[in-house]
Amino acid sequence: MANRTGATVSMDVGDLRDDSTTRSDAGNEDARAPVFQVDDLSVYYGSFRAIRNVTLQVEQQQITAFIGPSGCGKTTMLRCFNRMNDLIETARVEGCVAYHGVNLYEPGVNPVEVRRRIGMVFQKPNPFPKSIYDNVAYGPRVARMKGDMDEIVERSLRRGALWDEVKDRLKSSALGLSGGQQQRLCIARALAVDPEVILMDEPCSALDPIATGRIEDLMEEIKTEYTIIIVTHNMQQAARVSDMCAFFTTEVNEKSDTRTGLLIEFDRTEQMFSNPSDERTENYVTGRFG
Amino acid sequence: MIGGDAPVAITTPLSAGTSPEAVRRRLRGRRVDLAGVVLRVALLFSLAFSLLVLAVLLYDVVTGGWEVFASRFQSFMSGTLRFSAGESGIAQALRGTLWIGVFVVLLAFPLGIAAALYLEEYAADNRLTRFIDVNIRNLAGVPSIVYGILGFTIFVKSLSGLTGGRSVIAGGLTLAILVLPLVIITSAEAIRAVPDELRLAGFGLGATRWEVSRTQVLPYAAPGILTGTVLSLARALGEAAPLILVGAVVGRLGSNPGLLDLGSLDQRFTALPIVITYWAGLPQADFRALTAAAIVVILAIVLLANAAAIILRNRFESKRG
Repeated sequence: MANRTGATVSMDVGDLRDDSTTRSDAGNEDARAPVFQVDDLSVYYGSFRAIRNVTLQVEQQQITAFIGPSGCGKTTMLRCFNRMNDLIETARVEGCVAYHGVNLYEPGVNPVEVRRRIGMVFQKPNPFPKSIYDNVAYGPRVARMKGDMDEIVERSLRRGALWDEVKDRLKSSALGLSGGQQQRLCIARALAVDPEVILMDEPCSALDPIATGRIEDLMEEIKTEYTIIIVTHNMQQAARVSDMCAFFTTEVNEKSDTRTGLLIEFDRTEQMFSNPSDERTENYVTGRFG
Repeated sequence: MIGGDAPVAITTPLSAGTSPEAVRRRLRGRRVDLAGVVLRVALLFSLAFSLLVLAVLLYDVVTGGWEVFASRFQSFMSGTLRFSAGESGIAQALRGTLWIGVFVVLLAFPLGIAAALYLEEYAADNRLTRFIDVNIRNLAGVPSIVYGILGFTIFVKSLSGLTGGRSVIAGGLTLAILVLPLVIITSAEAIRAVPDELRLAGFGLGATRWEVSRTQVLPYAAPGILTGTVLSLARALGEAAPLILVGAVVGRLGSNPGLLDLGSLDQRFTALPIVITYWAGLPQADFRALTAAAIVVILAIVLLANAAAIILRNRFESKRG
């Protein structure tokens, strides 16, 4: 796996060079138009400011990783991309998260529609207490997708690299699967509605290294079709899988003794891990802090 | 680390000079945990005492009413309220109790579950919601006689055109209102116990709040809701005080309409707890056997409802996986 990851990174570096040397190539620029443009984003829970003034872009069909110490607002940031923060009553968002140029937080944007296009995989595998089949079919059903449901389920499970393991027991409970299988089921379930973006909130933190490896392989495979944003505590994971990397950290507000997350550095992953421009990033990625 | 240092690590915290022999002796020593034993006996005694009281009660009513069931089960179940104990039956009371149950199931259950769903899933968690929540709890603690007065004022007097006055409609509505807070509280507890991950997963897949409630929250909470609602039903079926205020007939009831005769729902009625109260107050010894028999019947009804709830709950739970 290390080999393959290495190859991917160097290939992506090649891509970058292509980009920078052929800037005039309009088609290439178009293909790399950012999916998300985050502009001066701050999120509050009540009067507590969880993150402040984040500006970054998320490119199409890339894996963007958010890393940083606990409490730095990575997950809060991630949840801004599909308006999951709406579910927390006290949460309030300032600034702009533009998805293909549409600010997700402008009035009139339907969060349900946003979440159909921007899927999410959670930290703890959370399959529904239903059959494997019904888990995958849930999204397409609520989205009233047309087409043969059996086909959608099979396609999604294949994309989730789970088909071969479960094809003979689609009707049995998803809770009977192992943790790693459950997480791949959750990914397959998210893919079933054909989203453009998949948000992953520490998807491997509850899994063993082998299951983690399979999820990482899966991410590599599906990134040709999807844009992925992943929050991870695992720096090796960020280095292995991501193309772009954002490092967040916390600053202590002296007055209220609370911590606010802020973006320190956002760069190509290789750059970030080999030659970070900020000292705090360097301290973190080399394990001296956090 | 543990492997290498273990012997040292074990011997050092003990007092100096502790030999392996002494350690072995201590490990095998049987120091009696007196407080633990006393507590255990006390707990067992509490359980045994509760069961004993129940058993005595059951034995008492079953033996007391047995003769009635043995000699004339049919006529007891289908007979009407008479002056003579030998001819009296509980058909009218069964009918009243059945309809009260129907009103509770059709009114209190959907209303209560819907209210709980609103409170837990939709309402903002603010001061007003908490105020309402506390007050629903208080309402559940209001003595049932107070609901009787409420039922009398509203359903018997104000809405007499609708209910027909002192009718089983008024009684059923009153008891539905009586158990409504209980249904709301227990349903809300069950809904609150639904893991948030399920909601998040549903929302993350683009489900609306209603879709998440319908396809995830309610099915998961169903066993808990069911337990609470059936307990409420049992409570409603056993209440006598509010029914007396609403005007259930204590004594003889002239009419004896069929069990499912909808046309007479606005007529005077009686119910099992009322009949039990009435018979228990009569001086003749014959009626004592009837009282016991009627108690056995109401117990059987409640137990049946509970059994049905358990079966349904097991089914829901096996679905839940």
